[in-house]
Parts: sequence; C-alpha cells; structure tokens
Amino acid sequence: MREITYSEALREALRQEMQRDERVFIIGEDVGIYGGAFGVTRGLFKEFGEERVIDTPISELGIAGAITGAALTGMRPVGEIMFMDFMTLASEQLVNQAAKIRFMFGGNATLPFVMRTPAGSGTGAAAQHSQSLENWFVHIPGLKVVMPSTPYDAKGLLIASIRDDNPVIFIEHKLLYKIKGPVPEEPYTIPLSTSEVKRSGQDLTVVATSVMVKRSLEAAAQLAAEGIEVEVVDPRTLKPLDAEPIIRSVMKTGRVLIVHEACKTGGYGGELAALIAESEAFDYLEAPIVRLAGRDMPIPYNRTLEYHAVPQVENIVAKARELAQGRI
Amino acid sequence: MNIEKKIELLRQMYTIRAFEEQAEQLYALGKIHGTMHLSIGMEGSAVGAIAALRPDDLILSTHRGHGHCIAKGADLQRMAAEFMGKATGYCRGRGGSMHIADPEGGNLGANGVVGGGIPIAVGVGLSIKMQKRDQVILCFFGDGAANLGPFHEGLNMAAIWKLPVIYVCENNQYAMSCSTRRAFAIPRISDRAAAYGMPGVTVDGNDVLAVYEAVSAAVKRARTGEGPSLVENFTYRWRGHSKSDANVYRTREEIESWKKKCPIQRFRALLIKEGALTEERAKQIEQQSYTAIESAVTFAEASPEPNLESIEEGVYA
Repeated sequence: MREITYSEALREALRQEMQRDERVFIIGEDVGIYGGAFGVTRGLFKEFGEERVIDTPISELGIAGAITGAALTGMRPVGEIMFMDFMTLASEQLVNQAAKIRFMFGGNATLPFVMRTPAGSGTGAAAQHSQSLENWFVHIPGLKVVMPSTPYDAKGLLIASIRDDNPVIFIEHKLLYKIKGPVPEEPYTIPLSTSEVKRSGQDLTVVATSVMVKRSLEAAAQLAAEGIEVEVVDPRTLKPLDAEPIIRSVMKTGRVLIVHEACKTGGYGGELAALIAESEAFDYLEAPIVRLAGRDMPIPYNRTLEYHAVPQVENIVAKARELAQGRI
Repeated sequence: MNIEKKIELLRQMYTIRAFEEQAEQLYALGKIHGTMHLSIGMEGSAVGAIAALRPDDLILSTHRGHGHCIAKGADLQRMAAEFMGKATGYCRGRGGSMHIADPEGGNLGANGVVGGGIPIAVGVGLSIKMQKRDQVILCFFGDGAANLGPFHEGLNMAAIWKLPVIYVCENNQYAMSCSTRRAFAIPRISDRAAAYGMPGVTVDGNDVLAVYEAVSAAVKRARTGEGPSLVENFTYRWRGHSKSDANVYRTREEIESWKKKCPIQRFRALLIKEGALTEERAKQIEQQSYTAIESAVTFAEASPEPNLESIEEGVYA
C-alpha cells in the first residue's frame, strides 16, 4: 500500500468528503490560500474555492458559533482552531451551545460538525501553543472526542467524524503531521468508539493516546529485545470510549501502564485507571495501575526542559520494564 | 400593514402578556421548578420584529424569550408544557423556560447564555447563503450581550460575508442590575453598527409599528444580499431580571413611569383611534388571549412528566 503522511491523510479525507457531499465545508483561520498553519488544508482552497474553504478573521468563538449554526441548519462543517490552546476561546460555543443543543431541544436537532485542532508539545512553541486539553472536552456530554495516532487512523476517523451526526472534537498532534504510514487511496471509515490493539503482547498492557501511541510502540520494540512483550492499545476515540479491548487486554496481561501527554492531574489516565479498577479486570491485576503523563506544569520553551515535561520513549521503556519485572 | 395584520399583532402582544402573567402566577403557586425571565412591558419589541419576517424565516432567541416564541407562532400548549417541564413540551421537559425551541417553526432556541446566539447566527446565515435559500435569520439579544466578545466577533463576521442576519438588540436598560448608563460610554448601542460597516438604528421598542418598520428595512436588506443590520429596540422590563430580583437598583417611580408607556395599551389605543377596532372588539381579543393561555396551562398541567427511562435521550444522536 502507498505511504502518505498523517497530514496528507487528513487532507485526503477532507477532499474526498467535500467531493462526496456538498454540505461539507472548511472554516477557520488561514485555512484558505495559506493552507492552514500546519498545511493540512493546502490546495483545497484552489480545488473548492473560497465559498467552501472559508478563511475567517481571528475569531475562535466566531468559528465555533459558525459551525454550530451551520450544522443546526443542514450543513456539515469542519472547523479548524489553529492551536488547541485557543479552544479555550471557542469553548463557550462548544461547551454551552453545541454540546447541549440537541439535548436541550429534547432530541429535536442534530449538530453534525467536526472541530479539528492540533495539540501537543515538542515544537518549541512554549506554554500557550503546546497544551493537550482533550480531557476538558471528554468531560462534556454531547461532544465526541477523537485522537488519531497514525495516518491510517487519521483518514478513517476523520471521514467517520464528518459523517457522524454529533459535534466531534478531532485532536491532531503536531509531531505526527509528517509521520508516514500506509493509507488506502479510496475513502473508508473507522467507526468512532472503536479502540484498537496496535501491538500484541502478553506481559504488559500500555494504553496510550495520540503521539504516545507512537512512542509506546517504539518502547515496545525495544522491550521486545529484552524479552518483554508489550501490548499497546489505542482508544482512538476518547469519548464515548470503547472500553472492552482495554479491559480484555488487562485481563490477559495483569499489568497496565497508561501513557498520555496531557498533565497527569485530571488527565484521561485517571479515567482509564478508574474504569479498569471498576471492571472485571480488577481481579486480574498483578500490580498497581500506573500512569505516565505530562508533568503538572506549563510546557517550557527550552528544548531540554520541554523534552522532559512530557513522557518520552525512554521513560516509557523504564516504567514498563519496572512494571513487567514486578518492581512496582 | 393591513388591518387584519395589525389586529393579529395586538392579539400576539396580549397572548404574550397573558402567558407571562400566568407564568408568574404558577410560580407563586409553587408549580414551577426553576426560574424565569419575564418580558412584560417589552412585547412590542418581540412582536414588531417578528412581524417583519416570513413564516419560513428563522429566529434565535434569548433567556427572556417567551415573547419571541409566541410571536414566531409557537403552539401554546406545547410551550406551556415545556415551561412546566412536561413530556408534551417542545423539548420534552429537557429545556424549560430558558431553552424553548421549535426548529420546525423556525425558532432555533432560546438561550441561557447572554450573547450565546450571536455567533450561532453567523453559522445560520452562512448556511442559508451556501444553500442559496431565500431566508433570513433574526437574532435577538439584550443590552448586556452587546458588551460581550461574541457581539464583536459575530457582527464582524456577519458583515464581512454579507450574511442575511438581522441583529435585534432589545435594550431594556438593565443587564440584571447594571444599567446601560453604567455599562456603556455611548448613548446608543446601535452606534456600534458603524464599527462593523452595517446600518444601525435605534427605535422606540414600545411602538410595535416602529419596530416593524425598522426590522422590515433590515430584512429587506438581508434578503437582497446586502448583509446584516443592527436594530436597537429601546424598551423597559417591568419585572425584575428573574424571580430572585428585589429591584433595589431602580426606583418604583421609574418602573411606574414605564408602565404608563405600555406597548399594548398604546397600540390598542391607536387601533381604536384609527377605527380598526372598537373597544368591545379589543376587549374580546384580550379576553380570547387570556382564555387561550388558560387552556394551554390546563393542557400542560394535565400532561405527563417525562419518562424516567428516557432520561439520557438526546445527549447523542
């Protein structure tokens, strides 16, 4: 199969959905001729024109309102917020309006939109351009939260998100945009709320999200050389979560390490840990549930400090080894 | 405007007044769970503005939205049932007074967040334009909303894209307790329209025909692709902000002076003077409005509570 980047996979999903359904359009800051701050929408302006690839002023709340109102009246918009940090500016519309309209209307409305946004550190962009705020949105009933970790998942999950009748917060990762992987040329969907085992193993389960899936797979390859077989599970959709593959994996391995980039306190790992502890997998645990997450601090600018603010491959290797060897 | 339409506007104003007086009574009797925001004294704004729309046009309403809902043609029984949280209500009891919505009837919802509808109107306007539909969206908000960020982002976006939006600011002079004199350094909210490159006009919101004329001009502009407008309806709410308001921030004399400017009495007197109505016919319309609300409330009271098994329905599609 041909290999393309995560960014190209996202663009192909957008292009194919826009070709298939004229209700689909793109709206955001610099998504037009500029092609998006990270280049995801590059070329779509030329292909679909300014009416379907709409540049906005710097008005994040306005973008969120625009996709809410358009989705409420028959369109299927895809919004873009340039950095996830600026989702804070769009939150009133996403949290108080879009997430609740269907419910408040007694089920008498649908809001089929996607809000794409890149999260994460590693680019030297410092504290206001590097956050991973997925759990803010996981906490809001009515929103779906999707975080693809590979080019294949990026395309299939984005198409599924566009076709979904709910507001979907689609969180990309800046460090994944240039990662290549096999992606079919034809349109396909990966159903939302399907977790996937990315690597099988019997010694230890690692549940990881977004860029941490890639780092966990690299860690798993290193550990395999030591004879430790790690199973890596990627939830892909954080809300609503498909918990069953995670629980099944923990029942098989008896040990679980949860890895995410977002700050540890109040992060998604806490939810996963509680879910595992409440499940039938509890009786199979041979060690405490362990979380490896971003430090509880803003992302620093300095290259070395930034590197050490969030989990890296060597941290995952070390923690997984301790856990597998019964040292935790 | 022909006589039939004028009489219909009077009927709508009485119906709103009757609904809200009845709502107040039900609250006093302990039958209402939650709060409510009454627009008594502001009926001319809701009725005059919506009279300028076609039935297939759309509105976005506010927390003080009973009048908008009725003027847009809501079914009074379903509206009263929603107010009482019943299964037969517009939102099956999920929304209540602050979230009544009737998408089929063109009411895209009241809103519990001040200014919440302003950016949504941009999306609705965009949607209408992209689908090449011949509709407009009328977005109500209060004076308080004009000091929020969404006002700036929303009006600017609607203006740069020439969207078919009519922004109607119902200036009742108080954002809860904060008067417009304390919250604005300019005399008219409509002056802000110039900053977005759209027409702005302030009208006497207690003159239903003046509101109708101003909004009609804005609707014409929106429908012909010329873009949005800002219409400020200068009015006054007789009641407190919500049920917890003791009115300590204004004088009794001020409230009484505005009661003398009742938009309903004023329009009724005009119609009688014009010979469109007799005193007797006016009384009959008033009476019919109150009877219609009584019957809607009877329906609502007799309606079932929502089924507990359905509690999470509507969270996701």
